[in-house]
Amino acid sequence: MSEPVIAVERVHKWFGTHQALDGVTLNVKSGERIVVCGPSGSGKSTLVRCINRLESTDSGRITVNQIDLAEGPLAVEQVRKTVGMVFQQFNLFPHLTVEENLCLAPVRSLGLSESVAKERAKEYLERVHIPEQAKKFPLQLSGGQQQRVAIARALCMEPAIMLFDEPTSALDPEMIKEVLGVIAELADGGMTMVCVTHEMGLARAMADRIVFLDEGRVIEEAPPSEFFTAPKSDRTKQFLSRILQH
Amino acid sequence: MLIAGAVWLLGNIFDNLADRGIASGFGFLRSTAGFGISTSLIEFSEASSIGRAFWVGLLNTLLVSAIGIVLSTILGFAIGIARFSSNWLLARLAVIYVETIRNIPLLLQIFFWYFAVLRSLPGPRQSHELGGLFFLNNRGFYTPSLSLDAGGVAILFSVILLAVLAILKRGQKRVVKLCAFLASGLFIFVAVGAEFSLPELKGFNFSGGMVLSPELVALVIALSTYTTAFIAEIVRAGILSVPRGQIEAASTLSLPYRDQMRFVVLPQALRVIVPLLTNQYLNLTKNSSLAAAIAFPDLVSVFAGTVLNITGQAIEIIGITMAVYLTISLSIAFAMNVFNRNTALRGTSP
Amino acid sequence: MQWTRQNLFSSWGNTLTTLLILAGLLWALVPLLDWLIVSADWRGSKRVDCSSGGACWVYVAERFDQFLYGFYPEEERWRVDLMAVVLLGSLSLFLWSRVSGRTATACVFLSLIIGWFTLTGGESSLPPIETRLWGGMMLTIVLTVGGLALAFPVAILLALGRRSTIPVVKIFCTAFIELWRGVPLITVLFMASVMLPLFLPDGASVDKLLRALIGVSLFAGAYLAEVIRGGLQAIPRGQYEAAAALGLGYWRTMYYVILPQALRHVIPGLLNTVIALFKDTTLVLIIGMFDFLGIIQASLNDQEWLGLAAEGYVFAGIIYWAICFSLSRMSKGIELRSNTHRV
Ligand SMILES: Nc1ncnc2c1ncn2[C@@H]1O[C@H](COP(=O)(O)OP(=O)(O)OP(=O)(O)O)[C@@H](O)[C@H]1O
Ligand SMILES: [Mg+2]
Repeated sequence: MSEPVIAVERVHKWFGTHQALDGVTLNVKSGERIVVCGPSGSGKSTLVRCINRLESTDSGRITVNQIDLAEGPLAVEQVRKTVGMVFQQFNLFPHLTVEENLCLAPVRSLGLSESVAKERAKEYLERVHIPEQAKKFPLQLSGGQQQRVAIARALCMEPAIMLFDEPTSALDPEMIKEVLGVIAELADGGMTMVCVTHEMGLARAMADRIVFLDEGRVIEEAPPSEFFTAPKSDRTKQFLSRILQH
Repeated sequence: MLIAGAVWLLGNIFDNLADRGIASGFGFLRSTAGFGISTSLIEFSEASSIGRAFWVGLLNTLLVSAIGIVLSTILGFAIGIARFSSNWLLARLAVIYVETIRNIPLLLQIFFWYFAVLRSLPGPRQSHELGGLFFLNNRGFYTPSLSLDAGGVAILFSVILLAVLAILKRGQKRVVKLCAFLASGLFIFVAVGAEFSLPELKGFNFSGGMVLSPELVALVIALSTYTTAFIAEIVRAGILSVPRGQIEAASTLSLPYRDQMRFVVLPQALRVIVPLLTNQYLNLTKNSSLAAAIAFPDLVSVFAGTVLNITGQAIEIIGITMAVYLTISLSIAFAMNVFNRNTALRGTSP
Repeated sequence: MQWTRQNLFSSWGNTLTTLLILAGLLWALVPLLDWLIVSADWRGSKRVDCSSGGACWVYVAERFDQFLYGFYPEEERWRVDLMAVVLLGSLSLFLWSRVSGRTATACVFLSLIIGWFTLTGGESSLPPIETRLWGGMMLTIVLTVGGLALAFPVAILLALGRRSTIPVVKIFCTAFIELWRGVPLITVLFMASVMLPLFLPDGASVDKLLRALIGVSLFAGAYLAEVIRGGLQAIPRGQYEAAAALGLGYWRTMYYVILPQALRHVIPGLLNTVIALFKDTTLVLIIGMFDFLGIIQASLNDQEWLGLAAEGYVFAGIIYWAICFSLSRMSKGIELRSNTHRV
């Protein structure tokens, strides 16, 4: 059981001449909850997007459940079925109702029947506390509700791992709470998670480990107790002092 | 001053008409045509009236446009989507098609298909043939045909209607349903006694079946391949207008590529595509008037060509012709506006 | 290797597509290139020099001058060449950033007027050349450029009129634009060639080329007007308000503030209209004029050179394609550049 479910080994990634990831190594064990933080442009999004191959890598290796992502489209397909993702901008399908958003992938890619998928959609909508919104269209919901639908949509695929890319930074303060609540419940349920966030409260409460990125490099990697009280590097101290001021 | 100008112009017109012995008014529509028309959807002979010739021309215009619209929509979507293919060769080929076709005048393409291809095909005795059913030679394209009585036509329409309903209805097994409908429809046909007629070589020409004239074939090929290029560009623009995040979300849900296109990208792209598409349909309809250059009897060719030569009543004839096209354009534009306002597409407004 | 695997053979479906396309290309391209180049006849001056079974380019070479100038008398063709240079020169002023757009436009119009008089020879000591002798590529360019030049001022007025707050003006301009956009060009050309003479007093007649030009420019004017209107709509309200606050009147606001910005916005759209018009001028052959396509089409009926339709159309296609494609590249280039500027 000590095999990591996500293994990122010395990954480099360039956008043209700009280096977004510079030899990042990260291992995530089953059931572990990782929070990734760091200044803007440090490569956080790039890192999580590499894990389900929304971005390709230039060198290094990423395996998820021992499947190497570089093997080809079939491997990517297999990985994506077990990895759910939640975006900063929700990316709900605006032309489909909430229920249709949730049922689309289970029916089309897992091959569930419509009725089973609808059952499942209902179950997860209850899990994120908005069962009454099933028939609405995404743009008729508030931001917080939309993000919870997006989480439910990912959960409907019953993934083993969830990736979050700043799930709360497009939201108003009062909506952040409802989304954080849902994420915390997930964490309590034992889901393996990698979460990019600036919400240090969330990090403190649920993270097993906090990874601090800067200029594409992992600067520091520690449990929250250590990370907040005794950061080792100066860059981390600087970052923390700036972010905790507000 | 404007009024004075108008009076002066009108005066000139009447003088000129009188000088040339040209009648005015719409009486000519009732007089005998005195000419034949090669392709006609309704009965027409030299003894028919000029008014009937108008309908023959109009129906031919609509026929060519309808076929062209169907073909160019299918091809246009296929090629527009092919530009995003993960197969490099296929994507390149789609670009080359679009960039070649849309930069060459349509009239030149019509001439090419008509004079360089169809008219230089071998004669009926050396026809190109396909499975003994289809024949292509310099007299046209011969296909099997189906003769129906009124009951047969009614059944055919109801079968098509049911098939369309089956497609539109959401459901898992719609393909199965569709096949069942088509099979039962075919069965009823045979039972009712529809007659198939096959083209056969008799002496120097074919008899039986149905023949599409070389003019019609050339016009349809040129119009549809030309419009296809423009539709493909529109489809591409529509797809590009869908935010990247949508495709990323769909692929993280591991939807297969086909389903990403079908359920996520295309429905959203259609908002951009549909209005531009109607524009292309209008263009195609207007462009079908180039039929006049290869003497296919469309509205312009019959009416603004032949009839104008016979009667000389330029003002009435060109007026009617323009009015027809204008009516088509404006009514489609109007329908489009209504569509845009009412169907405010699913989920866009709160 | 890596690239080939990813882009051509990533799955078996992909591989099948690649192989099918390659087979299709081989099947189509080999005979085509053979006909076009390898076994084509390039040298000679008579029909009998074309005996190899490939394309007969001898015919195109023999007729080349006629394809360019139509029946314009040979010893006067220097006028056409000269005017082509003058026109290109004045057009290239647009690319020179030290000359303002307004000056360049004025130069182009001036060169067009000079061009018209030089080519017809009217009011000068040059021998007059009737316009029915004009033909080939020269006529195509005269129709395109002349049609646009006549259409452009009208189009600006129509575009402004359609946005006017005066109902009569607005309705008139809208109706006028939609009328020409709603009918095929061929009916407009028929109208100009058959109906126009009926409007004139006895004895007066308008040159056929001029009639075609009027038809073309009415048609092009409507399309240009819509493009320009698009540009006008893109100008933020603030610009109008700022101009009004400076006490500029309507016409001055338009001339100095709004139009220069709006027109710059829509250069790609304008170029696309130019391309469309350039292709559409081929329709004049239906009313019996010999533009580039028309003269090639006519030459195909020449008893000495029968059976060369494919050569004629392929040659015409290549020339039209080259011109339209470069114009569309230019339009796309300008669009990209202005997009990056705007960010
Ligand atoms: N598609 C792309 N093309 C070019 N450069 C990119 C692209 N995506 C990201 N980058 C660059 O890579 C770097 C890392 O980007 P990334 O989005 O991972 O940062 P981030 O840590 O998520 O920042 P933020 O907190 O602002 O979201 C940035 O400098 C960004 O400009
Ligand atoms: Mg980010």
